[in-house]
Amino acid sequence: MSLRIVVTVKYVPDATGDRGFADDLTLDRDDVDGLLSELDEYAVEQALQISENYEGDADDVEITVLTVGPEDAKDALRKALSMGADKAIHVEDDDLHGTDAIGTSLVLAKAIEKAGYDLVVSGMASTDGTAGIVPALVAERLGVPQVTLLSEVAVADGKVSGRRDGDTASEQLEASLPAVVSVTDQSGEARYPSFKGIMAAKKKPVEAWDLSDLDIEAEEVGLEGAWTKVASADERPARTAGTIVKDEGEGGKQLAEFLAGQKFI
Amino acid sequence: MAEVLVFVDHVDGAVRKPTLELLTLARRIGDPVAVALGNGAADTAAALAEHGAVKVLTHEAAEYADYLVVPKVDALQAAYETVSPAAVLVPSSAEGKEIAARLALRIGSGIITDAVDLEAGDGGPVATQSVFAASYTTKSTISKGTPVITVKPNSAAVEPAAAAGAVEALTVSFSEQATGTKVTSRTARESTGRPDLTEAAIVVSGGRGVNGAENFSVIEALADSLGAAVGASRAAVDAGWYPHSNQVGQTGKSVSPQLYIASGISGAIQHRAGMQTSKTIIAINKDAEAPIFDLVDYGVVGDLFDVVPALTEDVKTRKG
Repeated sequence: MSLRIVVTVKYVPDATGDRGFADDLTLDRDDVDGLLSELDEYAVEQALQISENYEGDADDVEITVLTVGPEDAKDALRKALSMGADKAIHVEDDDLHGTDAIGTSLVLAKAIEKAGYDLVVSGMASTDGTAGIVPALVAERLGVPQVTLLSEVAVADGKVSGRRDGDTASEQLEASLPAVVSVTDQSGEARYPSFKGIMAAKKKPVEAWDLSDLDIEAEEVGLEGAWTKVASADERPARTAGTIVKDEGEGGKQLAEFLAGQKFI
Repeated sequence: MAEVLVFVDHVDGAVRKPTLELLTLARRIGDPVAVALGNGAADTAAALAEHGAVKVLTHEAAEYADYLVVPKVDALQAAYETVSPAAVLVPSSAEGKEIAARLALRIGSGIITDAVDLEAGDGGPVATQSVFAASYTTKSTISKGTPVITVKPNSAAVEPAAAAGAVEALTVSFSEQATGTKVTSRTARESTGRPDLTEAAIVVSGGRGVNGAENFSVIEALADSLGAAVGASRAAVDAGWYPHSNQVGQTGKSVSPQLYIASGISGAIQHRAGMQTSKTIIAINKDAEAPIFDLVDYGVVGDLFDVVPALTEDVKTRKG
């Protein structure tokens, strides 16, 4: 039996650069480099491992990477293709600028349905927004089980199973396919693309879809269609320079005095 | 006054601290109506009433423990339809955010996650968030539907306020999706006896400089002298020196305690994302150039294996 996996990925601003806001209080993409969200690399990796361990053989599994984002978001797709995904879908439309998580889940769900799927694999959160709600929203929209925040995942006999480590307990989960999975950074180190993988990625198909391909009206998405509004964004004031001492044998004692002065002891 | 739904995070009837903080914030925008689900739900009523809940809606069913997330969404939606609240507040745990998101979509409402503060505004509640590794502070509102907001632990001090806390049974009919994801087994985390990382007032963390799992005892000893939780940087967790459940940072837990002590942690953006909003920050590091020193209120340039044990001894002496 064949297995169609769609991996959702996001193109995010590099966290080591100076991230900020544009005048309309959306993410400023001009002043900082973008890349494939690190947490989505784990999703690509798990999709590849599911494919490699699949009962029939890996040829029965098709991995499609899907992203919603501007022109440059193709870089994120190329990275995923060079890791080993089979094909890519890029949803790009000027009307998508400023779309919130609810709107993003609409676009993803429509695109996933159009692509056809048995399993959706996502990262636990994006490294820019960090909310971690899109996988649950996509599951709600598709009406299929959410099997989220897995640190281990396996697919067999039409079912997906995995381990979710929570604050108070660790749970084993199981659901029938089709389903939406999200994986954590504990699921297994993501592989580096090989030279061969990078060369092969250049020949892999990248489909381009816009809102009309997905029967989505412009007013359902974008800044105007967002159900949440950012009213202000202010850079956090720099901390006033603290006291820094060199330990000459008294460092621990001096620190204790500081803590006592601040009433922590 | 308008009613505000507050989703209760509890373990077998014991209400967790972030829910009590949420009740304090909820009172700024209306009368809190608490929703407690699952085993021990009714036992939460006394604690919730002491913290301002005018009503406690409870429902016990095996589905809450046996299946993931969706049964709780169904119940919260039932509560929403019963009460018609001005806002819905949920603790910002991983599960809390998923419940809130699915509810928001179902009721056609915007959602704000990981708020660190909340106030009443002209057009509804205004939520403060700390974004881009806490380098920016944003204020947001909901432009459609009933605001659904998740709030991070330690965003408000718990203030008791007696209220009626009348317990009412909630009627819930589970959706077809409720039984989609089965919990086939559950293993409770072993308690370390230390405070929970996200709830603790003081967090003591170790990083690459701790240089080995066995050396974390030095960090733990300091934490125990201060009654603190223990955290670890991603480098320490990836090296296998400390469990992932204690990881502080972008892909781990985000903490905002009164006091944060970082030992042997350089302060990469990854880590700063998880601790930058701590009220007072202390660092101990051999490298005077470590970026963590840009954040500190007090820093010691020195070997943590000299400084931390000396500090621990001094704390113990002062505490007598």
